[in-house]
Amino acid sequence: MQSEMPVADFPPKVSVGDFSAALWDPDAETPEGLIGPDGAIAPKRFSVYRNNVIVSLCDALGQTFPAVTNLLGEDYFRALARAFVAEHPPSTPVLMWYGDMFADFIESFPPLQAYPYVPDVARLEWAWVSAYHAADATPLDPAAIGAVSPDEVGQVRFERHPAAAVLVSRWPVWDLVRINRFDPSAKIEIDLHEPQSVLITRPEFEVEVLLLRPGGDVFVNALMDGATLGGAAAAAGAQVPEFSLSDVLSDCLANGVFSDLRTA
Amino acid sequence: MKHKAMSAAIVAGAVATAVAGLSATAPAHAQAKEKCYGVSLKGQNDCKAGAGTTCAGTSTVDYQGNAWTLVPKGTCVSMELPDNRKGSLTELDRDLPEA
Repeated sequence: MQSEMPVADFPPKVSVGDFSAALWDPDAETPEGLIGPDGAIAPKRFSVYRNNVIVSLCDALGQTFPAVTNLLGEDYFRALARAFVAEHPPSTPVLMWYGDMFADFIESFPPLQAYPYVPDVARLEWAWVSAYHAADATPLDPAAIGAVSPDEVGQVRFERHPAAAVLVSRWPVWDLVRINRFDPSAKIEIDLHEPQSVLITRPEFEVEVLLLRPGGDVFVNALMDGATLGGAAAAAGAQVPEFSLSDVLSDCLANGVFSDLRTA
Repeated sequence: MKHKAMSAAIVAGAVATAVAGLSATAPAHAQAKEKCYGVSLKGQNDCKAGAGTTCAGTSTVDYQGNAWTLVPKGTCVSMELPDNRKGSLTELDRDLPEA
């Protein structure tokens, strides 16, 4: 059908600001100038558009946070996502980066105060997406540190791999995410009093999620903050007596936590 | 906080243990993967990149040339497929869905 709309009326005479403001307020009037082919303001069409925006953002959250969806149930998650979307319109046009504030939102969401572990589950899922989309880099070859002389090895500092991150949690976040996302059939007894810190890496194409051994969080975080190998090991050993440098370092080297090292 | 000093010898020993353990178990790249085009059955291609990028499982033709799956490194181009097809590390023109 050829539009009979006069050329002068297209594009619609509505500012981006008015359009955007009306988009985020379900009670707002359809902005003036937003017209259908008959030349009249088109509230039904605008409502459909407004609803599609909200639904697509809720869908995006569901795809990024499947373990949270599982924990809360589909219906609760949809309602939570709608509440989040209403308060946090996207700050970037890239849909895969939508939801960086979701964990904090859950943490401050009064009805979920009795489930204080859910925010860390969301943080781990966000870390997964962040690692997936981080820049590619070749992990440090373990032989490179093996080649440093024993006198100097304590002074080594590492370059963090772009995809590597540590999540420190008071909750059994690794078990919760495994059973609600990665390994639903696993027989895991969840002990809500067991703190678990998790290492997230992507040495090549696939994101690795690994439970850190005791003191591993202190050690890896210190190294990522620029501490020397000897300094980070001493800090972890002082805080956590069971810390084993060789075991934790082995996990780091096998999973691509570092991309380079320097001895100076 | 009082940090117990960790002697250079202890650090060096732990590093040696870690590095030796890694080379003893498996070469670090034994489980390396590569993207392999043209080998996945329809609907079983990889790509689980999250929101806005939901292309996983969207291939509509068996062995679709522009859909990839992760396979162990070094196996892609030598994989045996029906009718003399070969996998490829880059996109292929064969077996594309009809436009």
